[in-house]
Amino acid sequence: MNKKKFFSILLASFAMSFILVGFFKNGFISVLQKAVFICLECIGIG
Amino acid sequence: MAFLQLYKRQITQCIITLATNFHLTGFITGRIYQGKLKSFCVPGLNCYSCPAAVFSCPIGSLQLALTSGLYVLLYVVGFLLFFASIFARFVCGWLCPFGWLQELSYKLKTPKIPRGFIKKPFRYIKYAILLVFVIVLPIVSFSFLGVASPAFCKFICPAGTFQAGIPLLAFNEDLRDSIGSLFLLKFTILVFFATFMIIEYRAFCKFACPLGAFYSFFNKIALVGIKVDKDKCTNCKACVKECKMNCNEINDLECIRCGECKSKCMSNAII
Repeated sequence: MNKKKFFSILLASFAMSFILVGFFKNGFISVLQKAVFICLECIGIG
Repeated sequence: MAFLQLYKRQITQCIITLATNFHLTGFITGRIYQGKLKSFCVPGLNCYSCPAAVFSCPIGSLQLALTSGLYVLLYVVGFLLFFASIFARFVCGWLCPFGWLQELSYKLKTPKIPRGFIKKPFRYIKYAILLVFVIVLPIVSFSFLGVASPAFCKFICPAGTFQAGIPLLAFNEDLRDSIGSLFLLKFTILVFFATFMIIEYRAFCKFACPLGAFYSFFNKIALVGIKVDKDKCTNCKACVKECKMNCNEINDLECIRCGECKSKCMSNAII
């Protein structure tokens, strides 16, 4: 395995751990709450 | 099989667009999907207020996460880093619905801007947009006004206007009554990019997309990339001479891994 692949897999592992920590600490709830309502800024009237 | 081989990128783009936007009844009802899948981010630019969208946009989520605490930030940055470390700008070339739309627009038979006519420094605009509109302005507005404002979504994002603004305003009368100067600004930006992407290949990707700008930093290390067999390469530069993204070399910051250079290489050095 070359250095680039190793670094890429390492970074992906860190990223997965970030997602899991964020998920189990309820970080996903803010994203969900924002996304399930129409974003007025996105459609240009907010 | 030859058809699949020839159009595999277009087929992938089509499948990804449909797979991330399958709440098609939203276009009729004027309402958006409200299920739990919305807590997951997609790799490409795909507005979460699009009536058909069933996942979240990573750029919209990032602007929210910057002002919503550590765990929200970890969660969203985790998605972005994961996609970046595995795919980087392969996302732009294969997995982004708005990228696909730009490619389809460019297929229209109109006069095109000659290759290299727009100078390369203009590409740095997307890095400025990433820094100012996606990172700095949401933090500043939250710090001084106490309101988290997704500045990129609010003032620029043509994907949001196209995917969410126009369909929702067309099918939802309550929202239509609220149209003001901000919508006119965003609609003007959409018309500008819609025209620009017809005459310049992936104009929004090249010059304005903050997601592409973020992924570009990981282009050299990402797991999915284009490999060059250095023993076979004659350094003729045929691969970059006709590159529609105007890359300086394979896998540089602008390379979206479309793979079109493979057919240009006479020595079959590109794998």
